[in-house]
Amino acid sequence: MASIQTKNSYQVRARPKAAAAILLIGLMAIILAMAASIMIGVREISLSTLWHSLFSFNPEDELHEIIRSIRLPRVLAGALVGAGFAVAGAMMQGMTRNGLADPGLLGVNAGSGFVLVLVFAFFPKLPFEAMIIFSFIGAALGAGLVYGVAFFAKGGLSPVRLVLAGAVIGSLLTGLSQAITLLYQITYDLTFWSAGGVSTADWLQVSVMAPWIAGGIIAAFILSRFITILSLGEEIAIGLGQRTKLIRGLATLIVLILSGAAVSTVGGVGFIGLIVPHIVRYLVGVDYRWIIPCSAVIGALLVVLADIGAKTVNMPYETPLGSIIAVIGIPFFLYLARKERRELA
Amino acid sequence: MKPDIFQQNRKTHSIKMMIVFSGLVIISFIISMNSGTFSMSPIEVIQTLVGGGTHQQNLVLFNLRLPRMVIAVLVGAGLAVSGAILQGISRNDLSDPGILGINAGASLAVLVFVALFPNQTQGSAFLMPFLALIGAGFTAILIYLLSFKKNKGIEPTRLLLVGIAVAAGISAITIILTLKLNPRNLEFVVMWQMGDLWGSNWKFVLALLPWTILLLPFVYYKFPILNLFSLNDHLAGSLGVSIEKERLILLGAAVGLAASSVAIGGGIGFIGLLGPHIARRIVGPQHQFMLPISALVGSLIVLTSDTIARSIMENTEIPVGVVISLLGAPYFLYLLIKSKA
Repeated sequence: MASIQTKNSYQVRARPKAAAAILLIGLMAIILAMAASIMIGVREISLSTLWHSLFSFNPEDELHEIIRSIRLPRVLAGALVGAGFAVAGAMMQGMTRNGLADPGLLGVNAGSGFVLVLVFAFFPKLPFEAMIIFSFIGAALGAGLVYGVAFFAKGGLSPVRLVLAGAVIGSLLTGLSQAITLLYQITYDLTFWSAGGVSTADWLQVSVMAPWIAGGIIAAFILSRFITILSLGEEIAIGLGQRTKLIRGLATLIVLILSGAAVSTVGGVGFIGLIVPHIVRYLVGVDYRWIIPCSAVIGALLVVLADIGAKTVNMPYETPLGSIIAVIGIPFFLYLARKERRELA
Repeated sequence: MKPDIFQQNRKTHSIKMMIVFSGLVIISFIISMNSGTFSMSPIEVIQTLVGGGTHQQNLVLFNLRLPRMVIAVLVGAGLAVSGAILQGISRNDLSDPGILGINAGASLAVLVFVALFPNQTQGSAFLMPFLALIGAGFTAILIYLLSFKKNKGIEPTRLLLVGIAVAAGISAITIILTLKLNPRNLEFVVMWQMGDLWGSNWKFVLALLPWTILLLPFVYYKFPILNLFSLNDHLAGSLGVSIEKERLILLGAAVGLAASSVAIGGGIGFIGLLGPHIARRIVGPQHQFMLPISALVGSLIVLTSDTIARSIMENTEIPVGVVISLLGAPYFLYLLIKSKA
């Protein structure tokens, strides 16, 4: 594990076979995990009931109704959110060459959350289709603040300092959000929101979010060839005739759309965009044509599984998804932070 | 240290500055006494202070405002000195009990208590600092162990990174716990996490005071060692300081100051950053001059911010912590930009 960085620094190493296997096995695992997630819950549901509800739906049957209107949108939302965060993280890590880049760590999620709180407070009746746009704006605000700080710093900011800037801007935006919620008496809503989770996801959210996430992932895939070159370094990319500014701009836009869409549904969940790309790079090498789709699959799988955890850890109560993922993510983050890598400091 | 002419000048300068800042604290104290929802003119305040006020004026001034202001002063001094220690021993200008997660640890311990005994928050003033100390102590030990490496000791940036991670972990646990609270306790906890100087009566002053009175002089007495930490570990070690032992003792003092302040004042961040930095600008980096000024600057900021928080909006109080992070976060980012990569 310790030698990944040196290995993937200056030669594009890819393992297409491993990647294809991950995509195939991953997709099957997602279907299994989704089925398991639908079946597990306060009301246990059998596999045959699930099958019937999908292919011979009976509106009279209460279990069919639960599956169709509660459990199915929930797992779909989980998968979408996971894929979105993971691809956003992979893009960020690739284009900034920063192993600690993650929409949660670099202020994107906090920005999104802050603007959503403003929307909750001032336009509580706004439809979800419009809210998601505000979530994009917020994501841009958070990212803009963090990268603005990096822009003004002499010689840019090292990854660790960027994380520091992200943490402080995150705490500032969270503080402001909390103050607004106190003034407008929506504390309870915000606490649930910032805990993060897909337990209340409905078809409306899924159907609004799905095109954005799917579009974002496809765009990321189209851009992935250029991200690979960018991840080799600015000079090399320019030397190879790449228009780095354009690529960076497009990639940033994709990151904002993916994480903005995900945050609008799931709330404050971090670390997915950090963990998944690292695992994927370890498995498939550094070619982003493989990293992007594999990250989407593994990210979706991770969140669907974590959501099963959220349902079962403390039955019949829900445990916040954000906390479950933090429990997995923080040791991983610490491991990355401890690793002896000069370019981090 | 040789008492040369420059040192002498620095000393007179820093004494002057101490007088100036004490004056500022007193002025802001007086302004703070006058402001709030229940307005009182300066003359009325003086009348009340010497015993000639109406019943209502007595109540507002002696039972509500004064204790809260004393707490603001103590909390500001405690957090600022705690930050100064942390910056000294980690040799990193960006250290602060809030950023390192120590405040989060303290507040988690208090939160566990609130969750377990929902009806005793008012009756447990003296218990709170101890609980907070346990939480903060565990957190500090955890951060220390996780960022400690054999043969290398503590590396400043890794310490901060580990602190951020640990703080994130604690906030995950905190969220799980807050969701289990009933709405009334939730409101209390959320306000408290934001730092609202909630314990505004004399009992809380008494609960906080011993910590400040014991720890501040102790830290001041340690100033030569803090000065040595600004050399590198090998050099300091060769001057006969047992580095790791002194580091742990000072870390303990920093944790004690931060924990007691957080227990009574709530999660106020950035004071540990602002106080020492402003002090260094005024009197330079030597701890014998910098520590007292840090404490005064910390007190001044918390007191002023609390006055602003109380008077900015009628009927609703913005927690003082929010006001301070509005000031502190940009300052932190400014330092981040200025400091060498």
